[in-house]
Amino acid sequence: MRNATAREFRLTDDTQVPDETVDVALAASGDGHAFERLYRTHVARIHSLARRMVGPEQADELTQDVFVRAWEKLGTFRGDAAFGTWLHRLAINLLLSRRSKLSKERERFVTGANVLDHQAHRPPQPELAMDFETAIAQLPEGARRVFVLHDVEGYRHHEIAESLGIATGTSKAQLHRARLLLRGHLEPRERNQERR
Amino acid sequence: MSGDQWTARLSEFIDGELDQGEHEALERHLMECGDCRESVALLRRVRIRAGALGDRPPQADLWPGIAARIGVHADAMVAAPRSRRRWTFTVPQLAAAGLALLLAGGGTVWVGLGGMHGSAAPAANAPVLASVGRPGGVLVSGHAYDAAIADLEAVLARNRDRLDSATVQVLEESLRTIDRAIDRARLALEADPRDAYLNTHLAETMRRKLDLLRRAADFASVSL
Repeated sequence: MRNATAREFRLTDDTQVPDETVDVALAASGDGHAFERLYRTHVARIHSLARRMVGPEQADELTQDVFVRAWEKLGTFRGDAAFGTWLHRLAINLLLSRRSKLSKERERFVTGANVLDHQAHRPPQPELAMDFETAIAQLPEGARRVFVLHDVEGYRHHEIAESLGIATGTSKAQLHRARLLLRGHLEPRERNQERR
Repeated sequence: MSGDQWTARLSEFIDGELDQGEHEALERHLMECGDCRESVALLRRVRIRAGALGDRPPQADLWPGIAARIGVHADAMVAAPRSRRRWTFTVPQLAAAGLALLLAGGGTVWVGLGGMHGSAAPAANAPVLASVGRPGGVLVSGHAYDAAIADLEAVLARNRDRLDSATVQVLEESLRTIDRAIDRARLALEADPRDAYLNTHLAETMRRKLDLLRRAADFASVSL
């Protein structure tokens, strides 16, 4: 028996990558199974975006709305960008439009800043990442949207300003406000490091 | 500018959005102001922390609700795999397979194979599928391709015992992966036969299968 190197016959990753494009094409033709695979690939990112943008109580419903919209719009996807990028952009547009409606429907009984002050006095949580997420959710709406889009999602101020219909300076001010409010929710170890 | 005036600009400072003059002025201020230095450090930590947040899926599976709204069945979780020929290691003959490729007529897919030369062009009335774009591409008909694959599989099957088990395992796994990709690309093309990407993807994947089998047959042949 000849000792072959199994590695010689192992496929490289580029065999797998185009599968998503196949799924997009299948889904665009009405294949629900292909669309389900796309959903399972991307749902964590979209749900996390929704949770941070509109809060956990609305995230499930809006995530569903995003994927339903994506199903309806698949025919317009031309493959100029990755499907994930296209879906993410679609999600942001939908979340921003829904957010405007939701914000008119409910007024917080306390301002976001006060809620954060309250949060700052809570005992440390075992899962600090979640605590930080909770703090983000409690930010005032304007500051939260800009913070999520800029610091979490990586958009630039001029892009955020255009999406939200605000001035670039307002975007910068809201971001700074959000960061100031979130300082207290850093891990104590992180805060102490900076004081040394 | 006083320290109070700089306080509102600290985020712009860490984001590199101040002009050069402002940036340098704030740097000088930071040399003297411990409070602002600490604020800058904490704001940076917030930014880093935000950028490091991971994604979490929803606690409940949202797919059934989506499936209901778009009118597909949620209970069928994945597409049923299409029946495909079980790959068995009977040893194929590479030369015969290569000849079969070259002689085959009625092209549907261009398959480029290193070491093989051909200059055939697609027939004018042939279905437009992909040209893989390799020099020396060989026009292969669906029947010729299938025959070549079958021959190579037969050669390999005959020489299976000459390959170590790890190689056999990896080879089988790779071929299954390629078969899945081919099946899915064909399925997608049924829905959109003129999709250029899918045609290219299918041709490339078919070429990879042929190439993989040819290398495996080469490998087995050397040990004869």
